[in-house]
Amino acid sequence: MSINSRIADDQPTSFAFSAENKKVIKSILAKYPKDRKASAVIPLLDLAQRQHDNWIPMKAIELIAETLDMAEIRVLEVATFYTMFNLRPVGKFFIQACGTTPCWLRGSDDVMRCIHDKLGIKSGETSACGQFSMLEVECLGACVNAPMVQINDDYYEDLDYESTATLIDRLASGDIPPAGSVKGRQGSQPEPGPTSLGEIIDLKTAKTKKPSRKTAGKTRQGGA
Amino acid sequence: MLADQDRIFTNIYGWESPSLEAAKKRGDWSRTASLMKKGADDVIEAVKASGLRGRGGAGFPTGLKWSFMPKEVKDRPHYLVVNADESEPGTCKDRDILRHEPHKLVEGCLLAGFAMRANAGYIYIRGEFVNEAIALQKAIDEAYDAGLLGKNAAKSGWDFDLYVHRGAGAYICGEETALLESLEGRKGQPRLKPPFPAGAGLYGCPTTVNNVETIAVVPTILRRGADWFAGLGREGNTGSKLFCISGHVNNPCNVEEEMGIPLKDLIEKHAGGVRGGWDNLLAVIPGGSSTPLMPKHVCDDMLMDFDSLRNAGTGLGTAGIIVMDKSTDIVQAIARISYFYKHESCGQCTPCREGTGWMYRMMDRLVRGDAEIDEIDVLFDVTKQVEGHTICALGDAAAWPIQGLIKHFRPELEQRIAARKAAAVAE
Repeated sequence: MSINSRIADDQPTSFAFSAENKKVIKSILAKYPKDRKASAVIPLLDLAQRQHDNWIPMKAIELIAETLDMAEIRVLEVATFYTMFNLRPVGKFFIQACGTTPCWLRGSDDVMRCIHDKLGIKSGETSACGQFSMLEVECLGACVNAPMVQINDDYYEDLDYESTATLIDRLASGDIPPAGSVKGRQGSQPEPGPTSLGEIIDLKTAKTKKPSRKTAGKTRQGGA
Repeated sequence: MLADQDRIFTNIYGWESPSLEAAKKRGDWSRTASLMKKGADDVIEAVKASGLRGRGGAGFPTGLKWSFMPKEVKDRPHYLVVNADESEPGTCKDRDILRHEPHKLVEGCLLAGFAMRANAGYIYIRGEFVNEAIALQKAIDEAYDAGLLGKNAAKSGWDFDLYVHRGAGAYICGEETALLESLEGRKGQPRLKPPFPAGAGLYGCPTTVNNVETIAVVPTILRRGADWFAGLGREGNTGSKLFCISGHVNNPCNVEEEMGIPLKDLIEKHAGGVRGGWDNLLAVIPGGSSTPLMPKHVCDDMLMDFDSLRNAGTGLGTAGIIVMDKSTDIVQAIARISYFYKHESCGQCTPCREGTGWMYRMMDRLVRGDAEIDEIDVLFDVTKQVEGHTICALGDAAAWPIQGLIKHFRPELEQRIAARKAAAVAE
């Protein structure tokens, strides 16, 4: 993908961090030695993206460069190197679908096909309704819960064609499903129940307990 | 099978809370200061005696790595950096530590930081792990509030600060010097070594980079004793290990097991067996996508540890086991791995930047049989020219899976080429 196609043609004429995010920036900068402000470039790009509907305008690149005493090209270079930064608008639901071998072996082709059937989009495209964008990505590190997708901040795991369709329908209707295994599997344990730790956890309850509800579908400040 | 009382990660599936209170009930943060009482060198010696080898892929002895740090802090501060950029396909173990057992990692950071005379540590976590980063930050906040981090951490007399730094999507940042570049605010492109990080790492200061699991097992090793850990597994391959079993098994899962467990036992006891039974097994990638695959006959009596797998021409790597049954298009499976490395090459070294793309295009043709027989040899030759000729191991990682395929499945490749030619003649 060329740099030109990655950066939006239509750019806002200004960008400023919100008052709340200015405070967050102070706490981010406090993590690094005073003369090493550039370390904060990824956290600040992430913050700008979260503030600006999940994409980073060029004005934000300029502002971050100024804030961190970096050349603008150094900030842009970082923004284009890492896959998580969007430099053009994406849908409200940004679907990153993993297609690497462990997911592929478990049916990621079906997940991609479902996304295409339901939304008419391929990797790198946004749906006609503007709600959904999809990107085929490389391993997201949830291989024993394959196949999986990440939607905004949350992982949806143990998918197949039907459950992907249900997931998309629920998101479209504003009913955000809990993150994690769509089969209700707890973490990375074997689906029928754990084969270890029997002396420590109650295997009977371990079979049926549902994963805890987590918020999904909205972006938030992550661990910074 | 590893006895439950010998398991380090008792909340790996997240049945209990990851909170400090619950973690303390599981034994975390118990008499931490007393583990540090005999001094930094004593901690390093205990880790050496335990036989712990790095859990991030390379398997380098951890205690030895720590001993490379200067013995005294001079003009430059020392840093501990934890590699939580888990991205090797097939690997998803550190994620469980970060979200379900974060206090094991946080306590391990204090102990490791103390051992290498570091007063600060950074945990570099892959950007996609948003919820995991939140869980980790919460554990760190709890530790600060309880006096377990910061000035006189855990009343040990040692000052230690710990920070979470999120990445933003780049496999290469799992390479330790690329990680340091990224942490300093640049593209994640690996550095030439030497200098090694222990001499000049983060901000040019003495630094040691360790994997999440490596650090997270240290408190338990020190608490229960090096002998206990060394008594699990076998010499040179001691302890327990988190295994990730993905692909064509009935119940994919993560599980902690003893090093050296037979692969067949591991798959049958924990992952519900190979889909369609053991005889339906085609091949296994034993240690994350970069390790060469093993056909079934090699898997039959394979032991899962560093030396056994190395002797079989592959590696334990991250212990991310990818199982493929006989329904698998093995050429496509490896071609998809080639695509991964092409996508993730940072572009710095020519053999990798050009080679990964070339190898993927060749693999893509081999999937369809659209090649000449002697091109298999050309492909093998190219993998050998990429391997060992790049700054970091990504070039090697891209070469090995293809070498494994050609070594064990050359007849399959030849058959596809012949079939395509026959079909062309028939038309």
